[in-house]
Amino acid sequence: MNTYEPIIGLEIHVELKTKSKMFCGCPASHFGKKPNTQTCPVCLGLPGALPVSNKKAIEWTIMLGLALEGNIAEISKFDRKHYFYPDLPKGYQISQYDQPLCRGGTIGDIRIHRVHLEEDTGKLIHTNNTTLVDFNRSGVPLVEIVTEPDIHSTEQAREFLKKLHQTVRYLGISDADMEKGSMRLEPNISVRKTGEKGLPSYKVEVKNINSFRFVEKAIHFEIERQMTLLNNGEKPKQETRGWSEGKGITISQRSKEEAADYRYFPEPDIPPMRFSRHQISDVRRQIPELPDAKRQRFIKTYSLSEYDANLLTETRALADFFEECVKIGKVPAKKLANWIINKKPDMENVLPAALVKSILEAGNVISISDDVIKQILSDNPKAVEDYKKGKQQALMFLVGAVMRQMKGKGSAEEIKKMLLSKLQ
Amino acid sequence: MLADFSIIELAKKMRSKEISPMDVITEIYETIGKIDKKINAFITLVDKEQALRIAQKRAKTREAARSPLFGLPYVMKDAYVTAGVRTTAASKVLDDFVPPYSATVHRKLEDAGAILIGKMNMDAWGHGASTENTDYGVTKNPWDITRSAGGSGGGPAAAIASRLAIFAIGEDTGGSIRNPAAWCGITGLKVTYGRVSRYGAIAYASSLDSVGPTAKTAEDCAHVLEVIGGKDPYDATSSPQPVVRYSGELQGSIRGKKIAFPKEFFKEGLDGEIRKAIVEARRVFESLGAVVEDVSLPMLEYGVPVYYILAPSETSSNLARYDGIRYGNERELFTQETKRRIMTGTYALSSGYYDAYYKKAQKARSIFIEKYTDILQHFDAILAPVTPGMPPKFGELLDDPVKNMMADLYTVTVNIVGLPSLALACGFGSSGLPIGMQLIGRMFSESTLLALGHNYQKTTPWHKKHPGVLA
Repeated sequence: MNTYEPIIGLEIHVELKTKSKMFCGCPASHFGKKPNTQTCPVCLGLPGALPVSNKKAIEWTIMLGLALEGNIAEISKFDRKHYFYPDLPKGYQISQYDQPLCRGGTIGDIRIHRVHLEEDTGKLIHTNNTTLVDFNRSGVPLVEIVTEPDIHSTEQAREFLKKLHQTVRYLGISDADMEKGSMRLEPNISVRKTGEKGLPSYKVEVKNINSFRFVEKAIHFEIERQMTLLNNGEKPKQETRGWSEGKGITISQRSKEEAADYRYFPEPDIPPMRFSRHQISDVRRQIPELPDAKRQRFIKTYSLSEYDANLLTETRALADFFEECVKIGKVPAKKLANWIINKKPDMENVLPAALVKSILEAGNVISISDDVIKQILSDNPKAVEDYKKGKQQALMFLVGAVMRQMKGKGSAEEIKKMLLSKLQ
Repeated sequence: MLADFSIIELAKKMRSKEISPMDVITEIYETIGKIDKKINAFITLVDKEQALRIAQKRAKTREAARSPLFGLPYVMKDAYVTAGVRTTAASKVLDDFVPPYSATVHRKLEDAGAILIGKMNMDAWGHGASTENTDYGVTKNPWDITRSAGGSGGGPAAAIASRLAIFAIGEDTGGSIRNPAAWCGITGLKVTYGRVSRYGAIAYASSLDSVGPTAKTAEDCAHVLEVIGGKDPYDATSSPQPVVRYSGELQGSIRGKKIAFPKEFFKEGLDGEIRKAIVEARRVFESLGAVVEDVSLPMLEYGVPVYYILAPSETSSNLARYDGIRYGNERELFTQETKRRIMTGTYALSSGYYDAYYKKAQKARSIFIEKYTDILQHFDAILAPVTPGMPPKFGELLDDPVKNMMADLYTVTVNIVGLPSLALACGFGSSGLPIGMQLIGRMFSESTLLALGHNYQKTTPWHKKHPGVLA
């Protein structure tokens, strides 16, 4: 039996949450809206209508490019991508072909190939015997991020996507909500014999994936399917396949022979864009502190553990909440960090000042009774066993259980210490 | 007849209450009743009672500083969307399309108080030079109804020549304003690309399309351009270049103006009578004090091939939206000529052919820009014929696609570069058919072209003659 190495590239679409659509004044927020209530001649592609670019969307795409450490184009343009589909009102999508807003960039070890801006299509709604079109989504700004084929495992893919998702949310340019379709993923998967260099002569694109979990399942399925074919002496076909969550498999949709010729050409209705260094540095200045930098700073400034800093910087909102509490100055940062991580206060409804107050009221010294510790240990034999096998996470689980029992009072550090003394 | 008066004369008469908007509307509809069945210039005629109602409303409005277009009936090529008024682009594909919104040019004219009375015949989607490629019957030349009125905007031009409207809005992608203006003996202005908003102009070839006036005289064109020109937030390709008061700059002397006479436009293939008329026009300009010099504008012969790659490429894209889903009518309803252009354009944009065709044509476009710029650095205008031949008999162009393309020889390079060009009558042939010439200018030099045209028209009688159909 041969051993194989997966080669995976990702194509990610992210809907920007600008106020208006990419080329007209209609609202861009479309989720849950009554069909065809947010349309105009431009996004319906009526005869004579013309696109006018949304500056904010262009700026945000540049911002994302910069955040991913890519190179922003000095000259960029839009192109028309042609295909016929009922949800595409003009018969072409305004996209970018050979001069994307951004080339290059990285997330960790994964290189970004390019980042470009385009418009979203309408949506088909299939009912029993008819298909209807909703154009509310037509023309919503859509950023496409394409990676190099640098990913070699589902774990790596997951890590990459998590990081990208976090970055986009930090920048505040998209909700990147997979369930609502504001972030969509298309992996390209192939496998090669371990040790071989160069890319395989085929790749399989998988569409129709609407959660992080499914992308892992789909990639995993494809790797297995392709390895089986190769072991049987067959070469997998270059094709587009769809993920069927119901069946847990991918299904062939379109083969290479039927691949479309999109007949790209420069969009004549929109003059090319030119960006000065000054404009780009203006956008750079708008970039907030990103997760990695924030985590490092938290570790350094507040003497937090890497683990705690990681948790606190998971979202920008949580990190900001933590820092606002710190700024009040009455409770040490470390203690605040423990409290926030363990108690998970409802940030929407609890003001930082209120949280600080309740911490102070709870008293500096909380006596943690031996009884509680003992009870939790005897209630969770599996966690105890896991910990003894070396699973550090099990300890955190027990800490959490004690804190719940104590209704959030007591410091996690102290509980941890007490648990450790009993476990050894 | 009232329709013989200029825009400014009519505006004066209306201000002094000598005539009312209703008088003009009434006369125009009478003329339409008599003439249009002979020439078929209209696709959609606005109901007379409705036009009169709007005229009455206008008559009651008092506006101190109103536009000279106030209360005047006008027509538009059926390539502009007009809210509530059927818009077909002369194609059955849009046979029953009533737009929910209006083109910027229509909105501006409505705001100025002008009254739309009709949507005019054309080659469907602008594809043609004879208004034969229409699904609504050919438009006949008012000077000889056995001949073409030109195209693609044959309807608006024939209507102006026959006094069926005071002015018209045409659309010029490769000569569609100038060619019919020449063959119908009237005046048409192809504006600089970006001078007038294209929003609501049904796209033929977006990088070449331009919106401009067609009227009896350069002076009338100036008044219309003042109203329709300018930057439009709905058209990213419209220019922020300020709109000049064109009508105020007509009177200046043209003494010392330099006009180029490019020899490539007068080579073999040009009709002898047209050559003669334009050489005569050259003398008129010289007698008015202009300096005319012979120049060379090489590459002219490549204009048609370059145009017939760029325009079909863009049209194959622009017509993709008429997919039979939203407008109800199938793509089979496209005419032969339109199908030919869609096929040509689709081919030129296909992967593997793009570099050899579309990209190469775009490179040639840059060279055309250089060549024209070289000449226009030294000259205020270029004097040239509009068409190689006199108005053709029906079928002559339709049966010969190559001849059909060659009819565009003198006009297409102007669109490729984006320059303005004024076409106007400069004589008549022995058969009594009108002959046109064009004055091509620098980017945004419409005021120069209009002044040249106006000075010429002050000393020549061609623009005042009535066509046979009016006799």
